[in-house]
Amino acid sequence: MEIAKITVIGGIGKDGQPEKVKRFDLKMGDIISIVGPTGCGKTTLINDIELFANNNTPSERRILINDEPIPDDFSFDPSKHPIALISQHTNFLSDLPVGEFLKIHAKIRGSDSAELMIEETLDFANQLTGEAIIRETAMTELSGGQTRSLLIADAVIIGNSPIILLDEIENAGIHRTKALKLLKKYEKIFVFVTHDPRIALLSDFRIIMKNGAMQKMITTNAEEKVAAIGLKKIDDVMLEFRKLIRAGEEITDSIFAEQIEDLAASYKIYLKRRKS
Amino acid sequence: MKLIIFAGPPTCGKTTVIRQVVRRIIKKNFKPAYLKIDVLYADEDEQLKREFNIPTKKIYSGELCPDHCNVVVLDEVVEWAEQKGADFLFVETAGLCLRCSPYIENSLGIVVLEATSGMNLPRKIGPMLTLADISVITKIDLVSQAEREVFRYRILEAAKEITVVESNALYGIGIDPIVRDILKSKDIEHPMFLKGNPPVGTCTICVGKKEIGAKNHFGVLRTMENDLFYVGE
Ligand SMILES: Nc1nc2c(ncn2[C@@H]2O[C@H](COP(=O)(O)OP(=O)(O)OP(=O)(O)O)[C@@H](O)[C@H]2O)c(=O)[nH]1
Ligand SMILES: Nc1ncnc2c1ncn2[C@@H]1O[C@H](COP(=O)(O)OP(=O)(O)OP(=O)(O)O)[C@@H](O)[C@H]1O
Ligand SMILES: [Mg+2]
Ligand SMILES: [Mg+2]
Ligand SMILES: [Zn+2]
Ligand SMILES: [Zn+2]
Repeated sequence: MEIAKITVIGGIGKDGQPEKVKRFDLKMGDIISIVGPTGCGKTTLINDIELFANNNTPSERRILINDEPIPDDFSFDPSKHPIALISQHTNFLSDLPVGEFLKIHAKIRGSDSAELMIEETLDFANQLTGEAIIRETAMTELSGGQTRSLLIADAVIIGNSPIILLDEIENAGIHRTKALKLLKKYEKIFVFVTHDPRIALLSDFRIIMKNGAMQKMITTNAEEKVAAIGLKKIDDVMLEFRKLIRAGEEITDSIFAEQIEDLAASYKIYLKRRKS
Repeated sequence: MKLIIFAGPPTCGKTTVIRQVVRRIIKKNFKPAYLKIDVLYADEDEQLKREFNIPTKKIYSGELCPDHCNVVVLDEVVEWAEQKGADFLFVETAGLCLRCSPYIENSLGIVVLEATSGMNLPRKIGPMLTLADISVITKIDLVSQAEREVFRYRILEAAKEITVVESNALYGIGIDPIVRDILKSKDIEHPMFLKGNPPVGTCTICVGKKEIGAKNHFGVLRTMENDLFYVGE
């Protein structure tokens, strides 16, 4: 089945009241974010999407594909499942070596160039991690960040899923900016559950949730897109500090001042550009 | 009455799946009954009785392996369930033997396997998997999608014709297709026959003889180098 569009039709929140957002569409190439406080139902919403909920989950939401609901007795062969969900908690449980696992997965997905795919997958994953993932490593030995990186790379390249749902990838300690940049090269639907303002502002729109219900939908406007560039600068400064600390440096007054002045200088440039 | 046998390794989620199925069967105004066969300890019969107010029973197999026990007692249990007016008899067995299968000809056999159990499990459990009609994979909420795919592939490698259902049994996800197949399944035919070939001969080990070495046993035996041979009458 060729997927051009997915529609989420609102159900009820934790209090049983109808959701304020009645429906939204996801079209190929869209990047969206789900935001809201801890426990507000973000994970529940993307689970509904992954399951193609049809009024059969506690939220009573319905998911349409190309404007049609999925028939009740329809079930995907998981190797053709169009949605990949990178969840908050999943870890690898298999003690197969990484290379072997990827080979089996590529074979199941019907690839005839498994070797190339494994290389591309590892290359993608290793751009997101600190320490590179080695083929011979058992999957259970990977760190949390390495695991998450490999899950994302596997879903994008070997799984080649057209719809990818990512639950709080920022918590895994992987390289977010790189991840976003790499992911944008692939024409897919990306849904980020996130507490990270940068990811939210780089999305086409965001859904704001509270008490189990979708409250509001905000399209990222031109002003916010500019703010996103500024946030990247702040983010880079934070990353710079992280790098220094990781490298065993001391954060002296002068190092701190240098970074902040850098930030102030970019803000001035930004204000000037806004005027013109 | 329809008979549905659930087998699977310990703590794989058999009771959790059955509970979800029973809830849906009752909603459709049918009357289920439940039997648990375990070696030493089980309390699911009391749980399910309390929860759904249905006739339940447990049998401890003790010295016998649970699947052998099932073969010897099932006719009486079916009679009991029929007397209670049940439309469905759900049997949960610990299935520890791995050589024999507990399934009955013309009745639905369901093997429950947890997605967390490692990629090699489907290759290890023999007839409990290969003779089942449906394989329910539980705990899919705990593993990555990539691993789910590989696990499912390994199941289909071992049992080509089996129907695979993936489930998060805690939340009742993936239960509806199982219920559909249960409703479609055939009524019990008497006399009942064990599906496939029972484990060879009379197993002296199953009945509790502890001595190691073929010379201490009778029935169908083997030594390290030799193929199967038979000792006895
Ligand atoms: N996360 C998760 N946990 C599950 C799932 N299915 C079962 N469990 C949990 O796994 C544990 C064992 O489940 P049971 O249903 O008791 O397993 P069983 O096969 O009946 O176990 P025995 O009869 O003791 O052999 C329980 O704590 C369940 O809550 C599932 O799909 N997801
Ligand atoms: N619409 C709803 N109806 C009923 N219950 C809901 C609804 N939405 C969420 N819940 C319940 O609320 C709880 C928290 O939801 P969830 O895990 O999705 O939150 P979250 O936003 O992902 O939190 P975190 O930021 O901590 O990951 C869950 O138990 C979930 O089942
Ligand atoms: Mg969450
Ligand atoms: Mg049980
Ligand atoms: Zn046996
Ligand atoms: Zn035995």
